[in-house]
Amino acid sequence: MNINFTLISQALAFSIFIWFTVRYVWPPLLGAIESRQKTIADGLAAGERGKHDLELASQRSTEVLKEAKQRAAEIIVQAEKRASEIVDNAKVAAKEEGDRILIGAKADIEHEMFSAKETLRQHTADLAVAGAAKILRREVDAKTHADLLADIEEDLK
Amino acid sequence: MAVEELTPTSYINHHLTYNTIQVGGNEGAFWTLHIDTLITSIILGIIGLGTIWLIVRKATPGVPSKRQAFVELTVEFIDDQVKNTFHGNRHTLVAPMALTIFVWVLLMNTMDIVPIDIAAAINEHVFGLYYWKIVPTTDVNTTFALALSVWLLMLYFNLKVKGIGGWSYELFCTPFGKNPLLWPLNLLFNFVEYVSKPLSHSLRLFGNIYAGEIIFLLIGMWAATGVVGTIFGTLLGAGWAIFHLLIVTLQAFIFMMLTVVYISMAHESH
Repeated sequence: MNINFTLISQALAFSIFIWFTVRYVWPPLLGAIESRQKTIADGLAAGERGKHDLELASQRSTEVLKEAKQRAAEIIVQAEKRASEIVDNAKVAAKEEGDRILIGAKADIEHEMFSAKETLRQHTADLAVAGAAKILRREVDAKTHADLLADIEEDLK
Repeated sequence: MAVEELTPTSYINHHLTYNTIQVGGNEGAFWTLHIDTLITSIILGIIGLGTIWLIVRKATPGVPSKRQAFVELTVEFIDDQVKNTFHGNRHTLVAPMALTIFVWVLLMNTMDIVPIDIAAAINEHVFGLYYWKIVPTTDVNTTFALALSVWLLMLYFNLKVKGIGGWSYELFCTPFGKNPLLWPLNLLFNFVEYVSKPLSHSLRLFGNIYAGEIIFLLIGMWAATGVVGTIFGTLLGAGWAIFHLLIVTLQAFIFMMLTVVYISMAHESH
């Protein structure tokens, strides 16, 4: 165990090796490691952001869906209202039309009745005149008994 | 080179003798250079850090290759340790230094696992180097060089971060209190601490690895005594090598952690 010049030469070698490591070995490796760490951190952040975006999107889609459902419900309600309106309108129109038809029919019937009555009256008057003629056994002169006939006719009304 | 008679003493001496040269024509014990320690450690440092550099040069922030992932695992492990201890900007010096220390010391320690006699034979017959110690961390010069460099950095950061005033305050007024009567005690305590730091830092590493090498040498000696010795020597050598892997890694880690702790202590006031 003898201390000699080897110590100084070794110390010199040591300092050169340290310089070499500080200058050439450490920085590139550290740079690579740090930039990889940054890449990984960025990736993680991007993933986080993506997750967040997804959450937002799903939230928005839920909202949109809800809105759409509401709109659909509104539309359905409106449509139902409109449909019942149409039905009501149709009912009213049909009733009016029916009434009109009924009135027309009644008028027709009355008219028919009137003409039938007229005809019947005519026939009855004729029959009465014929009966009277038979009873009197002679010709009833329509001209001479016109007022008599008119009287009968009046009675038959 | 020299051919000696193989005795236990010569065997151990052979393995514990450095290949030395004298620097700059100066005589004297201090101007001796352990050329084996220096060159082996530099080669190991170049292999370790150079490999990492080659991989890191093509580092991509995208999907890493297996080699890059391995380097990243190592670096992130060390960076985590540093981050938990050191609370300044660790990327300018402390963390890269911790990486350097861990990689380099680990490789130097791991040379302990290399079978010593095979390595010695290759060194002698291929490279013509009779004396060549292959484990730089069994040279106390290496561990002291590292520990003292760290120690100087520690002093530097003490001055830089706390200033001369802050540091003096710390030397005189901690840990016992700021009463002037306690100043000598505080100073003595801090002095002991500052002396013991590099000593324990370096000798812990040196002692563990040196002891490991000695045990390999003793096992090797036993293996040379005959068939039974060879069998037991093999088993024990394998067992000790496996156990030593743990020590080798642990000591590299401890050396690195202590460095980080000392430097962070220099950055933080009490």
